[in-house]
Amino acid sequence: MSVDMRTYLGHVELGNPITTAAGCAASGAELAQFFDLARIGALTTRSITMAPRAGRPTPRVAETPSGLLNAVGLQGPGVDAFLERELPWLAQRGIRTVVSIGGGTVAEYTALARRLTDAPGVTAVEVNLSCPNIEDRGRVFARDGAASAEVVASVRSVMRYDVPVVAKLSPDVMDIVSVARACVDGGADALSMINSPIGMSIDTEAMRPSLAAVTGGLSGPAIRPLAVRCVWQVHAALPSVPIIGMGGVLTGRDAFELILAGACVVAVGTALFHDPYACLRVLRELEELLAARGFHRLADAVGLAHRPPGTSTRHRIDLEESSL
Amino acid sequence: MRETAVTPVQVTGTVLTTRRVDAYHALTVVAPGVAERFRPGHFVSVAVGGPQTSMLTRRVFFVHDVKPDYGGTVEFVFTGRGPGTAWLAERRARDTLDLVGPLGRPFPLPRDPATCVLVGAEYGSATLFTVADALQQRGCRVDFVLGAASADRVFGALRARRMGETTTLTTEDGSLGMRGRVADVLPGVIADVRADAVYACGPMDTLRGVTAVAVEFDIPVQVAVEERMACGIGVCMTCVLPVIGDDGVTRMVRSCVEGPVFRGERVRFDDVGTIPFDALGAPGGGTRNVG
Repeated sequence: MSVDMRTYLGHVELGNPITTAAGCAASGAELAQFFDLARIGALTTRSITMAPRAGRPTPRVAETPSGLLNAVGLQGPGVDAFLERELPWLAQRGIRTVVSIGGGTVAEYTALARRLTDAPGVTAVEVNLSCPNIEDRGRVFARDGAASAEVVASVRSVMRYDVPVVAKLSPDVMDIVSVARACVDGGADALSMINSPIGMSIDTEAMRPSLAAVTGGLSGPAIRPLAVRCVWQVHAALPSVPIIGMGGVLTGRDAFELILAGACVVAVGTALFHDPYACLRVLRELEELLAARGFHRLADAVGLAHRPPGTSTRHRIDLEESSL
Repeated sequence: MRETAVTPVQVTGTVLTTRRVDAYHALTVVAPGVAERFRPGHFVSVAVGGPQTSMLTRRVFFVHDVKPDYGGTVEFVFTGRGPGTAWLAERRARDTLDLVGPLGRPFPLPRDPATCVLVGAEYGSATLFTVADALQQRGCRVDFVLGAASADRVFGALRARRMGETTTLTTEDGSLGMRGRVADVLPGVIADVRADAVYACGPMDTLRGVTAVAVEFDIPVQVAVEERMACGIGVCMTCVLPVIGDDGVTRMVRSCVEGPVFRGERVRFDDVGTIPFDALGAPGGGTRNVG
């Protein structure tokens, strides 16, 4: 039995719910050596910035138990080279592309959105709010609902009406639901969570921080419970807002967990470093898992864990009703 | 004359043999798709820790040897000092390994017969033997300079003596060959054999020394860098180092896909581990970087 894996990001239909997480698939061409990227729901680009960025010094990563600390610093070619080379390459191959954007000021995000608004091949725009705000002593936008909403509203106002704007939230906040609500009020069509929480490790041989940048974002299965919690809380508060869930998804079971918590799209990130085929494997495993539990449609499983205790699953009700 | 990249494959390889070589471990793995695409300078990445591993990054290794047995085998060499390589050191024949390769850009080889000095430090020497093979098939003369901190860490001295016209060994403690480092003896070797080119692999400071010598003699030098990597396929952006491009602009390039082989004089060895102020996209890099 095949499962209907289609899902919606705002009004945009994706063939299946698996995407790459921002910054984990480089330009796309690297993974295309292994499989056809058009087979996954969408590819999320690294965060595109106005100017080229050289990123942070090395060492940029440190392996931690079931996790990975990274401080790459948004290394990338800048929006000109992205629009000239990388986006057309993706568009020609029919790869649905969620373009992640990052900036240091509201004006920079707006300028990026303006550059993207007429570019062919942009399926959605994901606003990376975990960038230091130059105008606020370098504190990240994502830490504050008002700052996040300002960015989202300004991007939404210049982006084409038919391109969904996704706000990417950080778990490093007191109340993620209030930031999520502020972003939705600011015009976000969807939310994605979680960006990597900030961590640190010290090399006990050298007796120095392991990363050149001292602190870095923690990713991998170590943060999965954090991701499930955030998706759960936001979906409970804003059940009609589509959520892209990410954080330590290694298997179809992990993706299913986020879907049960309320995500309708699941991004695979750090797993790609371990296994270039991770997206396709997660997709296959998720489909098998849904089929094994008797689901006909992925949409029936979204947020299903929120049902009150004691109630049976929706699709089982459907089955019982149809058999009557 | 950059070699073009080949398409890597992911295979579940079966361990054929394991052996100790002085201070190092060597694993031979049956990996047909990898072996048939291999060219000298390529590397492979290996997942460590088994299916339920808590180690998410892949370990990368230069290939020491490729043989046609059992459809194709690759052998790689490692130290076993970290938790990932310690796990690898415990593998036995018939165990399986998740292998991706061949990765990276291989060594460019001279079109016409030439005299080449192959310089290796520590287990960086391992990658030189497939290069030597390919060079000799093209009628090149091959001379080796191998070195390490101590005698048990000089990799492949015996094989170098069999393959090379001359082999010069160095150790920092003087326990084998000349006391010192490979870059100390390299000028003498280049002068003696009238070398046309240098191929080198080893730690970054060794490559810096070797490149300085080759530049002094005004001969081309190809270096394979051992930069720390997490994925090996170009998606994690971890293994970057500052390299000067054909247009004279320094970029932070990934050693896994743009390398690991670079023209030595293009690598800014003194700036490895930093973002040079004049690199493309460096913080405060001036008007050049304004998009």
